[in-house]
Amino acid sequence: MNDTDDGAGLRRVSQRFWLARQTVLAAVFVPLLAGAIVAMAAINAGYAVVLPVAVAAIAVFAWSVERGRYRSWGYAEREDDLIVRRGLLFRRTSVVPYGRMQFIDVTAGPVDRIFGMATVQLHTAAAATDARIPGLLRADADLLRDRLASVGEATATGL
Amino acid sequence: MDGLVAPVGSDWRRLHPLSPVVRFGRLAVGLLVVAIPALEAGRGQRQGGGSPFFGSLVVWAILLGVSIAAGFVSWLVTRWRIGTSDLQIETGVFRRQSIRIPLARVQAVDIVAPLAARILGLAEVRVVSAGRGGERGRLAYLTAAEAGAARARLLALAHGLAPETPEPVAQPLLSVVNSRLVVALSLRAGIALPVLFAIAAIVVLVVSPRAGAIVLSTTLPVLITGVVTVARTFNEEFEFSISEAGDGLRLDRGLLQRRHETIPFGRIQALRVVQPLLWRPAGWLRLEVDVARQHGVEQSREDPQRLGRTLIPVARREEVLALLARVFPEAGVDAPPQARPPRRALLKAPFSYHFLAAWYGTRYVYARTGRLQEATVIVPLQKIQSVRLSSGPLQRRLRLANVHADTAGQRWQAAMKCRDEREAAEWLWEISARARLARRREARPRPRAPVRRIPDDAGTAIA
Repeated sequence: MNDTDDGAGLRRVSQRFWLARQTVLAAVFVPLLAGAIVAMAAINAGYAVVLPVAVAAIAVFAWSVERGRYRSWGYAEREDDLIVRRGLLFRRTSVVPYGRMQFIDVTAGPVDRIFGMATVQLHTAAAATDARIPGLLRADADLLRDRLASVGEATATGL
Repeated sequence: MDGLVAPVGSDWRRLHPLSPVVRFGRLAVGLLVVAIPALEAGRGQRQGGGSPFFGSLVVWAILLGVSIAAGFVSWLVTRWRIGTSDLQIETGVFRRQSIRIPLARVQAVDIVAPLAARILGLAEVRVVSAGRGGERGRLAYLTAAEAGAARARLLALAHGLAPETPEPVAQPLLSVVNSRLVVALSLRAGIALPVLFAIAAIVVLVVSPRAGAIVLSTTLPVLITGVVTVARTFNEEFEFSISEAGDGLRLDRGLLQRRHETIPFGRIQALRVVQPLLWRPAGWLRLEVDVARQHGVEQSREDPQRLGRTLIPVARREEVLALLARVFPEAGVDAPPQARPPRRALLKAPFSYHFLAAWYGTRYVYARTGRLQEATVIVPLQKIQSVRLSSGPLQRRLRLANVHADTAGQRWQAAMKCRDEREAAEWLWEISARARLARRREARPRPRAPVRRIPDDAGTAIA
């Protein structure tokens, strides 16, 4: 599904991003679920079934929220600007003209590095601008950064 | 002054010799304020030998001497000059600092004269530049004449003109009568509400003394802080006058500390027209300006007004609109009928719905918000940094969305709240497209073009 367009003509972030999110979720919920089952066995009463069931329900809920968030990310490089869409509950779409870019960050946290991903973030002179594209493959992120930097330089305008 | 031989600031020179008196004078006075009671207390305790008193006197004297010496040394090692493209300041004894402030990024040049400096006929030149380290561009203190000359030179160079270009003549636009300023400031919510409470308290006091006393005693502190705020603002905005020179606006204001500020036209990121609730009967408005954000110095205690630049503290509607039109040609604050958000926005923003409005033209984006105080933000399209569309869960329920036009300003963004979902999505693209066109239009005549012809006298550069 990587690189495929979604309905609005935006590119999705890499599928590995979703894989990473699921891994993190698993890392949190598997021990929790194991703990709940152990607790259920220790209590050894009928009502204790609630414990693992509740944990499982929360896990499923968290999983579906994460899935929605993953699907909400989208970006597109247009001729003059970059469009970034994000958010499930609070949705936002930003349009950032290349000429306004001040600098570009490529960051990769520990989880990102394990999965070979990086986040590209654009900064303009406005503090409110939030154009962040997570979950790009390392190579894609570097390419995107270089592309953005070159078009940014070509179209830069003063404050 | 040898300023007649060589133009001010073209070669290395020192600050005024009395600068340490002004800069460290306050410290010395503070020290004395602490020292004298301490000494008095020491003398009171001393009954036997006189040595403890004498000892503490010596300690205080040494402290005072050290601070005076430090001030003098710091004056001795500081020198400055204006190069062809930057302001250069060298300072520091142990940690030698050599500061270069590129003039192409200068946002404004201010002259500030605190009371002590005014008495001695001195003034500080403050160079406000975009980006980091804005607060370091300070020349404290020069003589008033020298400060004016330095400012003229800095401005000329910042605009890419020859350094000897005199400061353009300023035409007065508007000034504020102090009596109206007092009335207007007291009518702002911070003080009007406590006054109402105090009146209510006094009424209650007559009816039932005990309850009234409690109410009054809780209201008084609030009232006092309100009065202090008004007094401080009055001190800042006393004798306010604004004038226009070829390159930008000039603001003169202040009671104890006089300020002469410049705001180049091109550096204005946004304007805001404000009307507090109680100003409405009188029809007064306030006009505020937003200039490019400075990273890192937002919390500067030294200069709280930096964050809140007022273009005109209070004036009649026509006056404010005329001034607005001078700064932003063709701008107006009258909302067209379709600028109002749909009725269902009332459910999302019940307390601000009555003011909500947003519209745009070929040059500006307008966004009006406010609960008690009506505020209209005006952003020129070519200053927009990015455009955002956002919506929360409740807004999506009501098929509403916000559109934000972000600027490099530090205070407000144009927030077009609670628009119809479809319309907002349309606006996102339309405003982006118009901003692009506006940028292109502006990009052609670049006022800060690096083409400059400057005589070599200033170019005898740093070794």
